Amino acid sequence: MKGSLNKLSGGGRAWTLIALALAFAAGAWFESLGFFEFTKDNTDEIWILFVEHVQLVLISSAISIGIGVPTGILLTRGFMRRYRNSSLNLLGICQTVPSLAVIAIAMTYLGIGKKTAIFALVIYGLLPIIRNSVAGLANVDPVILDAGRGIGMNPRQLLFRIELPNALYIILAGIRTSMVINVGTAAMSFLVGGGGLGDLIFSGIAMVDPGYMLAGAVPTAALAIFLNWFLGKVEGWAISPGLIYEQSGASDI
Amino acid sequence: MIRLEKVTKIYPGTNVPAVNDVDLEVQKGEICVLIGSSGCGKTTLMRMINRLIPITSGTIYIDDQNILDIDPIELRRHIGYAIQQIGLFPHMTVYDNIATVPRLLKWEKKRIDERVDELLNLVQLEPAQFRHRYPRELSGGQAQRIGVARAMATDPPVMLMDEPFGAIDPINREVLQDEFLKIQSQIKKTIVFITHDIHEAIKMGDRITLLDAGRLVQFGTPEELLTNPKNQFVKDFVGADRALKRLDLLKVRDAMLENPVHCHESDDVASVAQAMREKGLNFLLVNDPRDRLKGYVTLRDLYDQSGKVGDFTKPMTLTVRPEQNLKDALSKMLTFDIGIVVAVDNDGKLMGVLNTMTLAQVVGQTYDEHGGRWGKITAGGKIL
Ligand SMILES: Nc1ncnc2c1ncn2[C@@H]1O[C@H](COP(=O)(O)OP(=O)(O)OP(=O)(O)O)[C@@H](O)[C@H]1O
Ligand SMILES: [Mg+2]
Repeated sequence: MKGSLNKLSGGGRAWTLIALALAFAAGAWFESLGFFEFTKDNTDEIWILFVEHVQLVLISSAISIGIGVPTGILLTRGFMRRYRNSSLNLLGICQTVPSLAVIAIAMTYLGIGKKTAIFALVIYGLLPIIRNSVAGLANVDPVILDAGRGIGMNPRQLLFRIELPNALYIILAGIRTSMVINVGTAAMSFLVGGGGLGDLIFSGIAMVDPGYMLAGAVPTAALAIFLNWFLGKVEGWAISPGLIYEQSGASDI
Repeated sequence: MIRLEKVTKIYPGTNVPAVNDVDLEVQKGEICVLIGSSGCGKTTLMRMINRLIPITSGTIYIDDQNILDIDPIELRRHIGYAIQQIGLFPHMTVYDNIATVPRLLKWEKKRIDERVDELLNLVQLEPAQFRHRYPRELSGGQAQRIGVARAMATDPPVMLMDEPFGAIDPINREVLQDEFLKIQSQIKKTIVFITHDIHEAIKMGDRITLLDAGRLVQFGTPEELLTNPKNQFVKDFVGADRALKRLDLLKVRDAMLENPVHCHESDDVASVAQAMREKGLNFLLVNDPRDRLKGYVTLRDLYDQSGKVGDFTKPMTLTVRPEQNLKDALSKMLTFDIGIVVAVDNDGKLMGVLNTMTLAQVVGQTYDEHGGRWGKITAGGKIL
């Protein structure tokens, strides 16, 4: 499920069309699996789990952003530069640990519950944000930093008026990746008693009841697609029109 | 005033100094041009003045205060700096770029608005058209002008300009140079100005500093560098045609033959023709009663005629003004192949005459000690 989700999240118009066609085909198939019937009968419960899921995603992502962006800023300050690569490598290694394992490890220390789930999601969502913040800030054209310094900006003004606005596109792209992946990973929260739509998915799998499983999987995917679209809008709104060329150039990052 | 004492810069990891033991003094209100081949240390020298590059040894003073005693941020806010690579902030509009320092200094919005428009006009860009553009929507030359405007935004008393007109086409560059010199004559900033272009150096500089491999080779007025190059390097740098370059430096006023021989339109044709024959003149300038140039007559036209000279006068379309430089005058002379060009002032009053002979003498070394004024050349004054 995560694989198809990633494809959609990276998508443009073509992907939307393919997704629509698939959705249409899937609709017919889902019907045969009892998806719609189940959903109709359990709307309230699904809604509660959905809200729970959204909470997990928003809280953990907010913490990831709150830690990740400042860490990225810190790692690109002059005095930290020599720790930068080793820190990023370390984070990269952490990322190769499967999300399930992260959740399992977190559970052995924090026990069972929402806190554990959020902790694991934060850890898992951190890397794309830190990595992109570092990449974004480190790639700001040194010439404009020089110009800023030359006209008498202090380091703080330089950061907020020059560096961050210019790095924003890449930072926001990292946040988007992190949050969209987070929607999928958050389904695993169920395994540590964190609630969310994972409840339906894993129970559905366990009971070999596709309708039950889809009642969890479809809203999860919809949430991911919506978030991806919404964050794309935020980017368009937050990034200076002056950077539009860089924007299209950087869209493959 | 900016004073450098034995300033040396050795970049970490190198052993050849980029700037080597330079002593330099830029007087208040003067433009000091730094010139030299690529990599000779011009930018390095300039960036030490606003502490963007730490000095290895030596001291720099601004108004007798050691720059190391000034907070670098404070220092930079009072020194306008137009960097070589322009470096406009791509996420900001032209307006925001220029307004950056005024905002740091917490100016009022209205004052910033006015200043931005003023500066855009100054760099010859239409405010309404350019104010809200982003740097990616500007040509290289336009971006460079915005860079200069940004550096000048708060009207700092000291300016560092690293090839500020480098990306601008020759015509607009001339306009900007003239504009810049005009303002400079009023506001008298202390300016360090880097250029590759010896013509620009001669035109803009009150003093020129020629650098080679980090060392100061010669420091002096443009006149000194051209007429009295210290060594072969300076000679080569200012060019074998340095005599010609003095044409940039000298005004028509300096070379023209004042009070040239002429007649009045009311003069009698026969007497004028007679006098012209005696003096061996084929052409003669004609003035009106208020001493304004009316035109010229040729001896042939006057031959066997009678009446007033005014009736035979042909208009003189090609004139220069005394404050124009000799290069313009020479180029007019060559373009129209007439071997003479007449200087008139703004009211059309006849001021003097330039011909190939006076030019040749002035660009040569032989001009006299009166600063090139042509006292020695005989002038007949009024022919009658
Ligand atoms: N950060 C640096 N580290 C090491 N060497 C440097 C550094 N910056 C400049 N240099 C060297 O110092 C010398 C002077 O450089 P500088 O930039 O001052 O030259 P310049 O006269 O401004 O040249 P140009 O006309 O090409 O701009 C050059 O040889 C250059 O390679
Ligand atoms: Mg340079």
